[in-house]
Amino acid sequence: MVEMVSRPYAKAFESFAAGNPDILCLSADLTSSCEVDGFRDRHPDQFISLGMAEQNMMSFAGGLGLAGYRPFIHTFGVFMYRRPYDQLMASIAYPRRKVRLMGFLPGITTPGGMTHQSIEDISVMRSIPNMTILETGDATEVESICEAADSIDGPVWCRVLRGSVPRLFDTPIKVGEMRELSSGDDILVVTSGICTEEAMRARSALAKAGLSIRHLHLHTIKPFDSKALLDHIGSVKHGVITLENHVTEGGIGSLVAETMADAGVGKRLIRLGLKDTYAHGGSRPYLMRYYGLDALALVRGIEDLTGQQFGITENDLDSARVEDVHSLVKAEAL
Amino acid sequence: MRNERTTEEVALGIRRRVFEHSMRNNGGYLSQACSAGEQLAWLYNEELKLGAPTLPMIPKPFEGVPSPSNPDYHTGAGYNGPATPEFDRLFIAPAHYALVAYATLIEVGRMAPEGLEMFNKDGSSVEMIGAEHSPGMEVHNGTLGIGLSTGAGLAYGRKRRGEAGRTWVFMSDGEVQEGQTWEAVQAAAHHGIDNLYAIMDVNDQQCDGAMSSVMEVGDIKTKFQNFGAACIEIDGHDLTAMRDAVKEKHDGKPLIILARTNPFHTMSILEERFPRLHYVRFKSEDERARMNVSIAADLGVEPVDYSH
Ligand SMILES: Cc1ncc(C[n+]2csc(CCOP(=O)(O)OP(=O)(O)O)c2C)c(N)n1
Ligand SMILES: [Mg+2]
Repeated sequence: MVEMVSRPYAKAFESFAAGNPDILCLSADLTSSCEVDGFRDRHPDQFISLGMAEQNMMSFAGGLGLAGYRPFIHTFGVFMYRRPYDQLMASIAYPRRKVRLMGFLPGITTPGGMTHQSIEDISVMRSIPNMTILETGDATEVESICEAADSIDGPVWCRVLRGSVPRLFDTPIKVGEMRELSSGDDILVVTSGICTEEAMRARSALAKAGLSIRHLHLHTIKPFDSKALLDHIGSVKHGVITLENHVTEGGIGSLVAETMADAGVGKRLIRLGLKDTYAHGGSRPYLMRYYGLDALALVRGIEDLTGQQFGITENDLDSARVEDVHSLVKAEAL
Repeated sequence: MRNERTTEEVALGIRRRVFEHSMRNNGGYLSQACSAGEQLAWLYNEELKLGAPTLPMIPKPFEGVPSPSNPDYHTGAGYNGPATPEFDRLFIAPAHYALVAYATLIEVGRMAPEGLEMFNKDGSSVEMIGAEHSPGMEVHNGTLGIGLSTGAGLAYGRKRRGEAGRTWVFMSDGEVQEGQTWEAVQAAAHHGIDNLYAIMDVNDQQCDGAMSSVMEVGDIKTKFQNFGAACIEIDGHDLTAMRDAVKEKHDGKPLIILARTNPFHTMSILEERFPRLHYVRFKSEDERARMNVSIAADLGVEPVDYSH
């Protein structure tokens, strides 16, 4: 059984930020939803409430950066780049302010539908000069995201998981590296965020089918270590498959494609994720199945890549975790 | 289409449904039924001129997002009747009020009660945060602050085409913190969009608690007037005041009605949670049971049997 950690960000942020006079906690009326309500109550002098006014918050954070502070902005990811994109560019990214953008509810981790699901943020952030991008895939990464983000000399976009989060890894994020979760030589699977857990669910079934999988987990999306990826690609016979909680245009699938094209790698690549579509509201397992982001989608992708059928069904996969929609670890049901 | 029931009865019915739903699901946007019950009841039962629904009483399942490969895509606006020139249109700008809006559709006979059972269920179109394919919705508004602008654009376009129908936007007070709301009023005033109407649930609360503790917004009536709107402030639980407010002359200006409300109106026990009422999830089985008994008594119904 995988260990579940309750609200890892709440504790991690507090122990990282409390008492550091240069770190300020900014929030746009989603304080408990982003697990910083305890911090607000215990460290009010380091907390700045900016109301539901994200455009102002972004430029305000830029100003704080100019004054030598390192603001950590907390809101749902979507609200931090869609409306206030211009402010993000002009006030934060261009001047390389040390603003840490903590984006909650990445991709389809929320039933809130199109307006709450940040499905193209990585694509957007990858195209912004000066931006660093980190994504958490488990509790240990959430616990180390503040330190990792704050080590960067410039703005950092973070996809943060909240609520009840599984622990998959036992070492913190090391910015710029990638995790090698298995070292097979048939196929390279590259995942990030919540899709890594999905790929792990398929691990034993694929092994039983006789496939040797090399699995990489990416927590650092920009800057990216192309050389390390190319070495891994060189070690597998068949090709590469990516799975991400994001549209396939511009996310890690594109990142891998660009890396391969730049180096002239002639192997096949299959990119799984949201296929040029918006998503809608529903539970996480349902949406992952509906849009092909789950373990079974990965198995089908691998079948496509190898041209073989393995006869693997849902029953052969490790069971999916079903989240309690009304769990006390969330401020609302989003 | 007019309902035979009084607007008071409709408001009570909305609250009973939202209460029952929240009890069964151990939480929900319950306080929005307290604050906005009269406003939505009044709009649907009296004020809006709407045709008969064009979509089935029992909502269809989710049928895909808009895309070139989904030619049959349609929104949930058909629950408000056809979008023909003579009829009014309504946007629910704060899409988290969807639960209250769905309950209203049921109370005025535009959706079957089964619709609420599909709320937030996988594969259903009756989404928790009203999507544009959800019953009674015509546009996505879950990102707050965009509703009034869309309403202004629709109203302007309809005026230009000589359509008689008005465009109404139901708003929340949290939206006044977003700059876009003010840009919308500015544009509506500049272009004389007087077929645009808004009623705002001024419950003085938002996610983090009391608006004054999160971001003070000051005298919004004066602010709206200074931005060029006609603006009236009323007691949002007083239907007579609502009926009078809409008669206000507002030539060349949008009309904004500020409905000052109480977020635990008719459910007195919710005051225990004040000012953190944005999303009410019961903290313990004991609290759930106490609230069940107390609110049921306030609303004149039996406590909800949520054990199965
Ligand atoms: C642009 C945007 N920012 C943040 C949110 C998250 N959010 C949803 S409701 C809400 C509170 C807004 O206040 P109000 O609508 O008055 O809430 P209520 O009275 O129902 O508590 C917030 C911040 C959002 N939906 N859209
Ligand atoms: Mg409010």
